Amino acid sequence: MAVTAGRPNRGALLPARVSALTGSRAGSLTIFIVRRVLWMIPIIFFVILITFLLMHLAPGSPWDKDGGRQLSQVVRDNLNAKYGLNKPELQQFMLYLWNAIHFDFGLSYQYSGKSVVKLIAEGWPYTMTLGVLAFLLIVPVGVGLGVLAALRQNSRVDYITMGFATFAASFPNFVIGALMVVFLSVLMAKWTQRAFFLPAADFGLDDHLIMPVITLSLLPIAYTARLTRASTLDTIRQDFIRTAWAKGLSERLVVVRHILKNSLIPVVTTLGPTFAFLVTGSIIVETIFNIPGIGRAFVTAVSSRDYPMILGTTVLFSVIIAVANLVVDVLYVFIDPRVRLT
Amino acid sequence: MAIPVAVEQAIDWEIGEQQIGLWRDAWQRFRRNRLALLGGALVLILVVVAFLSPLLVHFGIIINPTTQEVEHIEVGPGMFRHVLGTDQLGRDTLSRLMFGSRISLSVGILVQGIILPIGLAIGLTAGYFGGRIDNLLMRFTDIWYAFPDLIFVLVLVSVFGPSLLSIFGAIALVNWVGLARLVRGQVLSIKEKEFIEAARSSGSAPFKLIVKHLLPNSLGPIIVTLTFGIPQAIFLEAVLSFLGVGIQPPTPTWGQMVFDGYEAIYANPTSVVFPALAIGFTLLAFSFIGDGLRDALDPRMRR
Repeated sequence: MAVTAGRPNRGALLPARVSALTGSRAGSLTIFIVRRVLWMIPIIFFVILITFLLMHLAPGSPWDKDGGRQLSQVVRDNLNAKYGLNKPELQQFMLYLWNAIHFDFGLSYQYSGKSVVKLIAEGWPYTMTLGVLAFLLIVPVGVGLGVLAALRQNSRVDYITMGFATFAASFPNFVIGALMVVFLSVLMAKWTQRAFFLPAADFGLDDHLIMPVITLSLLPIAYTARLTRASTLDTIRQDFIRTAWAKGLSERLVVVRHILKNSLIPVVTTLGPTFAFLVTGSIIVETIFNIPGIGRAFVTAVSSRDYPMILGTTVLFSVIIAVANLVVDVLYVFIDPRVRLT
Repeated sequence: MAIPVAVEQAIDWEIGEQQIGLWRDAWQRFRRNRLALLGGALVLILVVVAFLSPLLVHFGIIINPTTQEVEHIEVGPGMFRHVLGTDQLGRDTLSRLMFGSRISLSVGILVQGIILPIGLAIGLTAGYFGGRIDNLLMRFTDIWYAFPDLIFVLVLVSVFGPSLLSIFGAIALVNWVGLARLVRGQVLSIKEKEFIEAARSSGSAPFKLIVKHLLPNSLGPIIVTLTFGIPQAIFLEAVLSFLGVGIQPPTPTWGQMVFDGYEAIYANPTSVVFPALAIGFTLLAFSFIGDGLRDALDPRMRR
């Protein structure tokens, strides 16, 4: 990495080669993005294929009851006809793909008459609110803690931050959520005679959000803080930082313009996995705090074997994660000019 | 030309220093890591508890985890000879915790046992033969990566039912990808080294090359990955139990205990706290060990 200030104008020295280089970079960037977008299609196809195959491999039919009286054959035939299960498997799969392209994911088994799209649309606002709030908390807190720990390496701040990050990364979010409910809600209500406590059940756009959002964001905050710290420490030891100090720049200028600018680049890559965390985390958090979002709907679908709903949600989750990873990869190329496109 | 005595001694000294093998060196470095030792001690205690708990029940030292005392439902810790209280059915929490460790530990370790051969086979094949096979296998793992862990496990369990076998299998099935990729990467980087070239030019067959040279040299990172895989597997099993689609009652598991306690949280909050802490500290212990092993086995960390 070269010192940027005071560098001779390379274009003047090597006009032909530099312009050729930049030209090919813009071109290869387009190819890179197009290739990545196209690569999503087979991934999503295989996600649908694998989940679809699994659902049809499942022993028994979705109409089997766990015990007691079973449905008569006539009713089964009618149900199969209604949900298109009487057609050959391949035809069912092609039909599903065709409908999925048109945003039709079939009817839910468990709530008769409701479409999967409608169920997902009902849960979406809750999951989205949680996810966006958690994301807004994760980036500043995670990055802030990481930078702070790195700038004061081996100080008390560093140890406390990293100790917290280790705990938060090891304790599963359902454990943290349950413990928070015990202490901040149940016991707090008992100790303060119900004067001050955080509500745990139901959902509203007020203090009901505090515990779910914290539960959802603790793990990503821990990861972001650890990565930011490592990357900042890496940057601090570089020659150009020593130069920046040596030429007498103020601390603020060195930290913001030189250290942060360079050390935050790798942090962008964690935003992809963060999305995956938020998606899977929503399953757990919505179950703990009884929030009617997509995550809880997915769990209910899994325990009642509502295959169209499971399939629809899995596809949705995979698409969200694939798109998030794509955006992060492209963003990364734009932010860091040193990245090689492959 | 005679070598000066001083230089000769220096050379001797250096050779002596290098004769500490990788494993002894790693153990010495692991031993100096206090957190890793703490983690190791915790896991050791858990293993002892897991092995001894049926014996302790047999000799009447702890209560059977499935015995219900209907007159003592949701009692707090320390009451009616229930050290940690009872659950919503009047079963002893301590005993259920001790038996729960059996499930958690066996999930953690058996799953690694399933992952190891799959990950090794695919990673070694992809890394060693390269080319089209490599491309195909890596695209395959790409697709596997597209499924978020928890979602895939939930789908698999919903399809194959919540039996012990399907839960272990499902967790292994989502976790082998990481190991396969790691092994492939290791093989790719070692494959070009001179000692492999030497072995090949002296006529080693591919199988011998893989078993004698590639495998031992990538053993360190493999061990670290498997160690970090243990808490991952324990976590997934606990989440499944917590969501009610894991190992079914009456077999006590920690995730289930958190779930049961959570249902009755106002009556007896401690019935959530103990299993929750058990899960948390077990995972913490394994990640301390993992961190310690990684630092001890990473050749770049050597002096």
